[in-house]
Amino acid sequence: MGEVKLMKGNEVLAEAAIRCGCDGYFGYPITPQSEVMETLMARQPWNSTGMVVLQAESEVASINMVYGAAATGKKVMTSSSSPGISLMAEGISYIAGAELPCLIVNVQRGGPGLGTIQPSQADYFQAVKGGGHGDYKMIVLAPSSVQEMNDFVDLGFELAFKYRNPAMILADGAIGQMMEKVELADYKPRWTKEEVLEKNGDWATTGKTASRKKNIVTSLEMDSAKMEQNNLRFQEKYRKMEEEDVRYEAIQCDDADFVIVAFGTSSRVCLKAVEVARAKGLKVGLLRPITLFPFPNKAIKELARKTKGFLSVEMSAGQMVEDIKLAVYEAGSNARVDHFGRMGGIIPTPTEVVEALEEKFSWELSYGVKRSY
Amino acid sequence: MTEEMIIAGFGGQGVLSMGKILAYSGIMEDKEVTWFPSYGPEMRGGTANVTVIVSDTRISSPILQEFDTAIILNQQSMDKFEKAVKPGGTLLYDPNGVINPPTRTDINIYKVEATKTAVEMGNPKVFNMIVFGSYLKVRPILSLDNVEKGLEKSLPERYHKLIPLNLEAIQKGQEIVKDVQLV
Amino acid sequence: MELKEAIKPGKMNLQEILKPENLVYGKSEVLNDDVMHYCPGCSHGVVHKILAELIDEMGIQEKTVGVAPVGCAVFAYNYIDIDWQEAAHGRAPAVATGIARLNPENFVFTYQGDGDLASIGSAEIMHACNRGENILVIFINNGIYGMTGGQMAPTTLEGMVTATTPYGRNVDLNGYPMKITNLIAQLPGTSYVTRQAVHTPASVRKCKRSIKKAIQNVLDKKGTSFVEVVSTCNSGWKMTPVDANKWMEENMIPYYPLGDLKDSVKGEHSDN
Repeated sequence: MGEVKLMKGNEVLAEAAIRCGCDGYFGYPITPQSEVMETLMARQPWNSTGMVVLQAESEVASINMVYGAAATGKKVMTSSSSPGISLMAEGISYIAGAELPCLIVNVQRGGPGLGTIQPSQADYFQAVKGGGHGDYKMIVLAPSSVQEMNDFVDLGFELAFKYRNPAMILADGAIGQMMEKVELADYKPRWTKEEVLEKNGDWATTGKTASRKKNIVTSLEMDSAKMEQNNLRFQEKYRKMEEEDVRYEAIQCDDADFVIVAFGTSSRVCLKAVEVARAKGLKVGLLRPITLFPFPNKAIKELARKTKGFLSVEMSAGQMVEDIKLAVYEAGSNARVDHFGRMGGIIPTPTEVVEALEEKFSWELSYGVKRSY
Repeated sequence: MTEEMIIAGFGGQGVLSMGKILAYSGIMEDKEVTWFPSYGPEMRGGTANVTVIVSDTRISSPILQEFDTAIILNQQSMDKFEKAVKPGGTLLYDPNGVINPPTRTDINIYKVEATKTAVEMGNPKVFNMIVFGSYLKVRPILSLDNVEKGLEKSLPERYHKLIPLNLEAIQKGQEIVKDVQLV
Repeated sequence: MELKEAIKPGKMNLQEILKPENLVYGKSEVLNDDVMHYCPGCSHGVVHKILAELIDEMGIQEKTVGVAPVGCAVFAYNYIDIDWQEAAHGRAPAVATGIARLNPENFVFTYQGDGDLASIGSAEIMHACNRGENILVIFINNGIYGMTGGQMAPTTLEGMVTATTPYGRNVDLNGYPMKITNLIAQLPGTSYVTRQAVHTPASVRKCKRSIKKAIQNVLDKKGTSFVEVVSTCNSGWKMTPVDANKWMEENMIPYYPLGDLKDSVKGEHSDN
């Protein structure tokens, strides 16, 4: 068993980065995630593991430093919160277009605009549908505990390198600021120069030797036919992610009449809501997507065949609910999909969730069958 | 066993650090723990509160409407959290600064003169540990051995010389806590 | 220079002239045979040649990584045989920072135009230079956006006609031509800041000496080296190459005078 500590989610991100052999972090302060860089600067990993940590002049610069550093074939990351991620959108699109692996953490706060520093999940669309320009996808991991903040750093890098694609940890201010028991991973050494060459030497900017052609890292292709081929290759990669790397947790879904779908902090609230609802005699389950892209579409489809309804609980006006509706539609099911959310930095309470479920599914609860249209 | 509690008072009273020591002590007892603070501008000089959950099993919501225990250290927090204690739950408060004492009859109410005692002990900084001691007396969910280990873990090495003083304060808190309904 | 007897005019036929032993000029192997997309008369080709020659002569091909900009030089990676990365518009100094920080043993340079460096990328260039990143910055200043069709750049001269200043740059409306290299020279992170040109054989040789010194500074970890090359854009300026060179001498160089602005070490301020 690894070292057990009580740590904040943000601090754990930094610790996990050092321990998993991350080579570089580039960031810019923004609440509620500033502890990530603060922890790294205090830990001075350049003296121990050799990891580079740099405070950039802006989020625009930090994501472009990540773009440059990722091109060297090493493990690099950045973190920010919602407004900063918006600024990074251009760079993320370039990283996806140039097919580089990297890890981006968004510890979300409420928006739009400067919004609030309190937690939110309103960047779901930005994270899973693109955010920047062009047809690209990121692998999006949604931690719901401080332990997962630790685990998903390593997992994020693993998936990013598997697909040569940016991966994002989509957390929120609550998980960033919360302290929980965490079992830290053991130290993994950073890749040696030889390992980088062996793993990524065929595309990384390691310096052109006589034995190979120059490596060019670019997202540019002026020939439309070739650019379309590039896009088709990206799409194939995204489909592969959907085949191989969907992750979710299903809790008490087997006998559930109603399934709450929630990720991150709201899934924690909903875990309690399931308890409260079950105590009232309601057969409620929880489906917690761990990967938001690739989305657990098949799991929803299967549940759609036997449940009466889905309630998407999000700290937003309702974004993931659209993906649930799509899956239910694809399943040919008439299970009803509804949404309950709080905005502006407010986290829903378990009681509110149960009340919303009872209200929104009052027809099904009264008549005991699926409502047909 | 699951204990869901709120600790609320002014910034500077050691609310967050008391919660942290409690959570660390929970880890030493092999429990699951969650420490969830209010964060942001309200931390600066205003009210501070932290939700602490200690449980034998996986912890669900860090956001709670009602609590097994509330530790209340100023009037604003009393106004806000007295009503949030579950029936049969526990409310522990320091009467210093609380003008309107709690009135509920369906919960267990304890008071600890921690501010006064800390001054008497010549060290206002141990205030929060006196309160913590009182809490451990009325809600003995953690062993004192593990509390001592929790202190060691949560305090930086350079403050370890202060552990005996903190343990003394915890001891004091256990002695002076009063059951209001018995008074 | 005394020509060899054998190659004096009239002594050899074409086949003999083309024999390797009779050639008097060799193109660096680092500059490949791809046909450049640059307009005839453009300064880019000359600067590319200088860079390729120096990478070759200094034996640093295996450790060099270039960062291409958005602008006419976006395809620089097609011509010089080193590893390259193509940056977003203006972000090359941040991209180069990422590469150089992770692989400090590498020689990393950015190659940027005036719109890229002095307009959209002004924050990134200032901060990279201020941190004293061990990189070389090549700054091509031709006072116009070449690739997008000749719009106003921050360095466009007062009164100069461009696609977005059809009646000439009006300083009340558009502000002043920006001497960003002078600003860069103020930053203690830089070690060598110079302004050169490549419009005559003499200026090409001088520019090459400057870039060589700048590369050596980077290899010696002296901080950021910055070489501005005052350049022509005869297409954008709507002139013949010869007229463009003349116009540059008469108009650009008086406003952007050639010469070293700072030759020092990182950490020292310049008086410029």
